[in-house]
Amino acid sequence: MMRESIDVYTVLFYFFVSITLVSACVVVFSRHIVRSAFALLFTFFGVAALYVYLFADFLAITQLLVYVGGILVLILFGVMLTNKQINVDIKTGTLHIVPAIILAAAIGGTLVGIAWSNPWMVLPTSSSVKTTAPQIGELLLTTYLLPFEVASMVLMVALVGAVVIARREKNKKETTRDS
Amino acid sequence: MLTEFGKIFIFFLLGIGLVAAGLVTAWLLRPARPYPEKRATYECGEEPIGSPWVRLNVRFYIIALIFLIFDVEVVFLFPWALVYRNLGLFGLFEMVVFLGILFVGYAYVWAKGDLSWDKPTPQIPTLHSRVHFSEGDLQTPSEQRR
Repeated sequence: MMRESIDVYTVLFYFFVSITLVSACVVVFSRHIVRSAFALLFTFFGVAALYVYLFADFLAITQLLVYVGGILVLILFGVMLTNKQINVDIKTGTLHIVPAIILAAAIGGTLVGIAWSNPWMVLPTSSSVKTTAPQIGELLLTTYLLPFEVASMVLMVALVGAVVIARREKNKKETTRDS
Repeated sequence: MLTEFGKIFIFFLLGIGLVAAGLVTAWLLRPARPYPEKRATYECGEEPIGSPWVRLNVRFYIIALIFLIFDVEVVFLFPWALVYRNLGLFGLFEMVVFLGILFVGYAYVWAKGDLSWDKPTPQIPTLHSRVHFSEGDLQTPSEQRR
């Protein structure tokens, strides 16, 4: 009985891994940017499922709430905003090959190094693990109080800065009205 | 915990299955006789002209940006809501400070008019000419049509 349930989890794990990997490849290799953006949805979902496998339930919900619900919508709006010419498809292209190779090799090397040197431990079975959100809340409000309040400052600055950058320039509008 | 997410996954599968069942049933039942007019994009009975991919107004982007910030705020709010009873007044005060700082940004955005819907300003054509016109000529085209 126990053996069987573990097998179901393993099968599902590889299912989520394959969804994440395949959709990530579509994001990178697709020539059409809208297809890339929609494939990113499945990548985010797959990563959320992998967080669940790591018993990081709060992180998984955050992934869905912020990345799928917020950032993906923002990316799609960005795609819809950026086409300057009508009837010209936006294609993704390969630019700056040498710096990209160096950066990708550095990040990839770091990840492989961490994966190699990390002492992997087997996580306890599902019955002994509790939800992480109350612990996170308690630590945020006691031990990590200063980062918590600083996060609020960062969010405020991000809000004001993003809106100032994204706002339509009022002066420009008035000059176009005059002409 | 994984079983709780297993329930969510079952809901997920049910949602996908329901949509797929609807589409497959419709595909099995409907007759397939396409012709160019039928395949055209439906646009309220009008003939579609040009690309459907129009450039969106920047106001959508700004609203999405503001939404994203408060989305992240909710993420912080949720673990606090689970434990604020244990922490008492101190926990409440911490969250008031957190929300107060964010409210400054909200007030700024509100005061600067970024929350109000940025309407396009149509340019009404006007006539500036020294030539003497009669009343009928000075009307805008839309008025003349009536």
